[in-house]
Amino acid sequence: MSIWFVPRDAAARSMGADAVAAALTARGETVVRNGSRGMLWMEPLVERAETRDGIRVGWCNVTAAQIERALPSEDSEHFVGPVEEIDYLARQNRWIYERVGVTDPLDPDDYLRHGGLIGLQNALAVSGDAVVDMITTSGLRGRGGAGFPAGIKWRTVADQSAQPHAGESRDATPHKYICVNADEGDSGTFADRMLMEGDPFCLLEGMTIAAHAVGADRGLIYLRSEYPDAIATLQAAIEIARERNWLGDDILGAKVAFDVEIRIGAGSYVCGEETAMLESLEGRRGVVRAKPPLPAIKGLFGTPTVINNVLTIASVPSILARGAEAYAALGQERSLGTQVFQLAGNIAHGGIVETAFGITARALVSDFGGGTRSGRPVRAVQLGGPLGAYLPDDKLDVAMTYEALAAAGGMIGHGGIVVFDETVNMAEQARFAMDFCVEESCGKCTPCRIGAVRGVETIDKIRAGQDVAGNTALLRDLCDVMTQGSLCAMGGLTPNPVLSAINQFPEDFQSPVIATG
Amino acid sequence: MTITGHTEWNAKEAAAVIAPIVAAESGPVLLCLQAVQAHFGYVYGDAIALIADACNVSRADVHGVFTFYADLREAPPPAVPVRLCAAEACQAVGARALKAEWSAACEANPELATLTGVDEPIFCLGNCALGPAAMVDGELIGRADVARLFEAVDAAQVRERQL
Repeated sequence: MSIWFVPRDAAARSMGADAVAAALTARGETVVRNGSRGMLWMEPLVERAETRDGIRVGWCNVTAAQIERALPSEDSEHFVGPVEEIDYLARQNRWIYERVGVTDPLDPDDYLRHGGLIGLQNALAVSGDAVVDMITTSGLRGRGGAGFPAGIKWRTVADQSAQPHAGESRDATPHKYICVNADEGDSGTFADRMLMEGDPFCLLEGMTIAAHAVGADRGLIYLRSEYPDAIATLQAAIEIARERNWLGDDILGAKVAFDVEIRIGAGSYVCGEETAMLESLEGRRGVVRAKPPLPAIKGLFGTPTVINNVLTIASVPSILARGAEAYAALGQERSLGTQVFQLAGNIAHGGIVETAFGITARALVSDFGGGTRSGRPVRAVQLGGPLGAYLPDDKLDVAMTYEALAAAGGMIGHGGIVVFDETVNMAEQARFAMDFCVEESCGKCTPCRIGAVRGVETIDKIRAGQDVAGNTALLRDLCDVMTQGSLCAMGGLTPNPVLSAINQFPEDFQSPVIATG
Repeated sequence: MTITGHTEWNAKEAAAVIAPIVAAESGPVLLCLQAVQAHFGYVYGDAIALIADACNVSRADVHGVFTFYADLREAPPPAVPVRLCAAEACQAVGARALKAEWSAACEANPELATLTGVDEPIFCLGNCALGPAAMVDGELIGRADVARLFEAVDAAQVRERQL
């Protein structure tokens, strides 16, 4: 009998996947709830195979009502053929996302059948130092936005001795921590969420490899409260992993002890900044810390701490399984391996595209993304989240690497690409960028806390037509102060979207909303 | 019909909720606040002093943490909370217009406004390819419009009645 696959990913559920799965079950069909393939415009994307690991054919945008009438047929206009032959998927190079959409995220045997734990077994067969060397060789850099080489960070932590919690603590045992930053607050990004919902064991395996590499005994995942499905899936995966000895006191019989807990965020964007995250994990206001000391030396509760993004850690199992050299052979310059790009906003074919660094923004937006959802021309694309620059359509031929984007005044950030059509008002977007900083500034440093408020006021004056030239000069000066004088990326990078809007789309700042004298 | 997103404040219960956290964790203040909110639906004012005493920190410290985080609330939530994403990817597909339309619908219908709290804006639900995104009573909605918000509010009320 056929097996049906209906994604349990939150994006698929937001389009009715649960009702589709229920309708199939009501017909007596066998249903597996897989992760999402990342072709989100097709959700719910229902797949059918004759055996569990057989070739799957799919139907896009399926509704429960359709299933109630009849099982999908291959004559249907929703039929998309063999799913893995769809161009959008076939042209990707999936390392981090190799199992997402394929497996049942909470079936540990499915995980093993699809290459799970090979990386960890390879890691446990060698010393921690050797694992750090492999990560260095792979060229893996932090995927949270800053792009710091993961191997160097791991080496720093490996070279420290474990420390007891500093201050008035209930815990006198020496520790090192692996902290995963899953506070994916950037608009236009959802790759962390889909990985945690679609292949949670991969994240846990990566953390365990990191723990072995640097000698850490504890892991925390700082996961945002806006992701209830990811929280539930990951919590269930942790419990299964403990039962299987994939976490615990004697992991896979290799005498390595490591356990993981989830900590849930509380609705603060700035807690995605690593030192604010540490403050929040220590139970305080998420106020940014000055560096040094580096978290790798004095991190969580004063102990040596690896802080990596979800995608950084989730890259590790495949690097250990397939080889650091093979990974480093992908990409360009010092942007090696694959990046998980996320196509979002006003885009026809939004979703996940994992491919080697170096693809152009235009290839992502046009070839993969199919242009705007509205069908109108692309006017602006914001790369790298709310702190990233807006690029006009004619600048999209830039290669998506850390280096090329920096040269073009942009940043790769967490790989999010938000597309806007010609109806966007860029002065409104610039105002939003400042207003977001007002909302989310931690308040520690003045350029960010006060500057953002003054930024909103000044943009309002420009939009109202008051001394446009003078106020624009003032806004540029303010942006300069924020860039130079802020402690972290929140205040330091907020000028990116503001200045790019002014520089690339000056016409939107010159036609006042209300003409005043 | 009664729909409640919270339970009555009870200091004894609150003390029992936070005791295991204080015993086990370094830096327990935020965890205590989150646990109290998870239990009662909000952080009743008396909880601040209770947590401060249990954690051996000042009330000002606990108040500071409480006021920093957008998720922590001092009043019970609406019965069927509606949250519309206000971030860029959703702006690109009409989030501002959706907010205006939904606010107008609530203005015309005070019962709906009370039931849903109109809108507590949220910055990104991670559904950025299927915007505008919304969350109604904890359920994520893709390609939201006012009709789908109404459907989701009705579905939430049906769920509550079944509890």
